[in-house]
Amino acid sequence: MFISSQSSAPSFRDFTLVMPAVAVGNVGQLAVDLIVSTLNMSRVGHIHTDCLIPMAGNNPYASSKEDGEELHTPAEVYAAAELKLAVLQIRAPILQSKTKKFRQMLVSWIKSSGFSRTVVLSSSHAYQRDDQQLQGTPLRYLVTPSLLKGSADALKELGWREMERVPAFPGLTDGNTEPRLCIPGGGITKGLYTDSCKEDLPLAVLLLFCSEGDNIPDAFALANHLNDWLHLLDDNSKQPNKWKIPTSWSLLFGNGIPPALF
Amino acid sequence: MATFFGEVLSVYSRAVEEDDDELDENEEDEQIRRELEEKREVHLHWSPEVSESLKSGNKLQCSDFILAVGQNASSFLSVHILSTPNWDTIGRASAWNERSRAVTGQGCEESACVFYRRKDNPTVLICQVSCYVAEDQLFQWTEKVFDCLQLRELNVTVLSDTSVADYKTADYLGGSSAPFLRSLHTSAFGDQPVCQSLEQPNIVTGLAAAVLNHCQVHRIAAVVYQCYSDVIGPDSVTMETYKPVLTKLGRSIQLDPSPSTDALRKFVRTTDLQSNLYI
Repeated sequence: MFISSQSSAPSFRDFTLVMPAVAVGNVGQLAVDLIVSTLNMSRVGHIHTDCLIPMAGNNPYASSKEDGEELHTPAEVYAAAELKLAVLQIRAPILQSKTKKFRQMLVSWIKSSGFSRTVVLSSSHAYQRDDQQLQGTPLRYLVTPSLLKGSADALKELGWREMERVPAFPGLTDGNTEPRLCIPGGGITKGLYTDSCKEDLPLAVLLLFCSEGDNIPDAFALANHLNDWLHLLDDNSKQPNKWKIPTSWSLLFGNGIPPALF
Repeated sequence: MATFFGEVLSVYSRAVEEDDDELDENEEDEQIRRELEEKREVHLHWSPEVSESLKSGNKLQCSDFILAVGQNASSFLSVHILSTPNWDTIGRASAWNERSRAVTGQGCEESACVFYRRKDNPTVLICQVSCYVAEDQLFQWTEKVFDCLQLRELNVTVLSDTSVADYKTADYLGGSSAPFLRSLHTSAFGDQPVCQSLEQPNIVTGLAAAVLNHCQVHRIAAVVYQCYSDVIGPDSVTMETYKPVLTKLGRSIQLDPSPSTDALRKFVRTTDLQSNLYI
């Protein structure tokens, strides 16, 4: 559950919440890192739960030595009051046996905090796309009926593609093959989406088809895609690199190479 | 996923396991799952005196809690601190998981996770953990232990072993730099750590991380000293790496600063037969 790191509990009423799903390529989490780092958001609390594998480290967004030595936990909430934006970052895998509990906890926290809308950044296995999905943009979206009411026009204007429903057993022309939502590699994304539909929460999912590897370009793509809708950065110049890479994004593929190797 | 040679490989993600759509579990599955969860529960077994005290609602008065995670950290404490006859064993914790040896009886568990309290200063507690605590048990272990402690003005020190293979650095580490110490502390920790802070992008995992998370969220002063070593198993050089921590601990605990080599030898096993693979 949420524990404030300040002296008083922050108010999230009418804020937009952006959160990642721990999914293939960690794209959602990387995109959230970009948002927190670029907007220089400050931490307002922790989600302290037994559902995540514990980890701890120094400040991943440190810009100088002074703020470098600040302890960070697996799930933290950052806020930028002027943008009415709150961001939840999840840094550790969710324990297999606790995914349902984690989803329920998130849904109840979102409800009790009064967020006006929630955006889940996620990804799905690129290799499981069907013929239709192989063409065009790899970005997809989903909205709950509750959010559709308010944002239908904005989404239509953006021209985004909604996540397709796929038949349960492709190839079989059986009476029971009603198309259903399938997000392979998306972690809790599908569960969170269906739970939010049931609870009538305004929630959107933005996802990207990708594979494991160097997912930094995917993170940029997802962050830019989100920015097209929410306009988090008011940088009107069409610079491709308006996001600030955090200092923790180093040595992603291993240590320095021993010189003696050559 | 198909490769260029036409074979089909199963793709796995470093982030998520393949999620099975939540199938409706029948009652038998539910029961098995519940039983497994119960078996994996962390249990604290205190001495009768402490149990009585806890039952009557009095938590353990504690000003310093020192936790050693791993064989070298535990042995270091045994040699330098617990060697004096000033310590009472007040309890132990048991956490069954897939790595627990299937030995019946209490003997094996006894040595795996033990709590000691100083006789003449009962606010100093030490815990040695040399068994494996699984990922799903870490949070529970931490909550249960800290639930028994009086948290006001508590200082927590954790000594933790880990492999230098987990240490990420841009400069290649020559063999001579390991073992070395790095520290990580909570916001409430006001003192100066005895060594360098853990650089990006390194992180701490396991019991040390679970304790840090708990202390950060509950605003308890805590520091973790992570020792990166290139030797698996107990080793006197690795143990000696923790020595600078004694300067901080020495203020509240009487220490044995220069233990005899016999004492050290008792804790450093000569390599077991199974690791003489290449001899």
